[in-house]
Amino acid sequence: MLIEVLGSGCSKCNELEDAVRKAVARYDIDARVEHVSDIEKIMSYGVMMTPALVVDGEVLLTGRVPSVDEVAQILKR
Amino acid sequence: MNLFAPLEGLADWLTYGVLNIAEGSRLGESVAFFLYDVPKILLLLAVVVFAVAIVRSYFPPERTRALLSDSRLYVGNVAAASLGVVTPFCSCSAVPLFIGFVESGVPLGVTFSFLIASPMVNEVAVILLLGMFGWKIALLYTVSGLAVAIVGGIVLGRLNLEHQVEDYVWEMRMGEAHVERMTRAERYAYARGYVREIVGKVWPYVLVGIGIGAVMHGYIPTDALARYADSGNPLAVPLAVLFGIPLYANAAGVVPIVSVLVDKGVAMGTVLAFMMAVVALSVPEFVILRKVAKPKLLGIFITINFFTITAIGYMFNWVLG
Repeated sequence: MLIEVLGSGCSKCNELEDAVRKAVARYDIDARVEHVSDIEKIMSYGVMMTPALVVDGEVLLTGRVPSVDEVAQILKR
Repeated sequence: MNLFAPLEGLADWLTYGVLNIAEGSRLGESVAFFLYDVPKILLLLAVVVFAVAIVRSYFPPERTRALLSDSRLYVGNVAAASLGVVTPFCSCSAVPLFIGFVESGVPLGVTFSFLIASPMVNEVAVILLLGMFGWKIALLYTVSGLAVAIVGGIVLGRLNLEHQVEDYVWEMRMGEAHVERMTRAERYAYARGYVREIVGKVWPYVLVGIGIGAVMHGYIPTDALARYADSGNPLAVPLAVLFGIPLYANAAGVVPIVSVLVDKGVAMGTVLAFMMAVVALSVPEFVILRKVAKPKLLGIFITINFFTITAIGYMFNWVLG
């Protein structure tokens, strides 16, 4: 699956990316992780609060940084 | 009744008993002030930030935007400023938020009311004022922060500056908004995380701020600054605002210094205007805003804020003086 972390380079956005990468590694999830900072792309997902987590084109989380385990749970759904 | 009396007793005991510093000495006053204020402020912060986070989890920006779209001048500005207080906001999200608002038909002036109120009237600022000056000053700050946001947004709205927004903003295609549904457990987790984040970010400022405050409290004679900055000096307010605008500190860093300035005789209105300028306006914020606003709009935004905050400062001095 394709996991996109939407964020314009704020510290929280990097934290979310970290959490995602850790979750992917820890639970051996088959996924590609990308950090999207292009504002046009962020807006195309209708996101107003960064960071946001998008999986295969679907926005699953906005404006907060969850724990690694919570990210894993979201990804497994 | 002072809710924090036990803390005060503890601070006094530590200072004069355990550390054995002479009572009434300058060092003693500074140390006791520090030991009392740090836990008091951190405790207040943790409790209120938690409560605010729970409230915020019910006001995602998507909901706020829906409430504000197609709103009118005046009513819209009042609503936007009030919603700015309860909607979670981080300056790093200011650009997508701005675009999301104007794209969906929230008028420009109303959007600006939101953008001014959101950082200015935040829980950290209000709690710290409450802790150090009591509810009257905290309330006065809240009301006047809202007033600055409402007036600033109305003036910006009346100037019809839509063409001064960067062109790409209007061409942007906004996707379907996503609203996360949270369970109660998720709300609590969100609030806990929020407390960790805020207190984790803010505690060094609180330590340094109160540290500076403690030194000034013990060593600089009361009213030392009154000569320069009491309410009789008409230039004090605009100068304070001018100094405050480029400075960037969160409320936690500035309130302890504010309390010392007041202690040393600077007029309350002058100090609060300074604080508003520091908290709500800063160079990093201008850099972010510049991404969506042409230079002229940014200039107008700063100018209007300067005048409204200065006016509020004078009003404070007049009401309280």
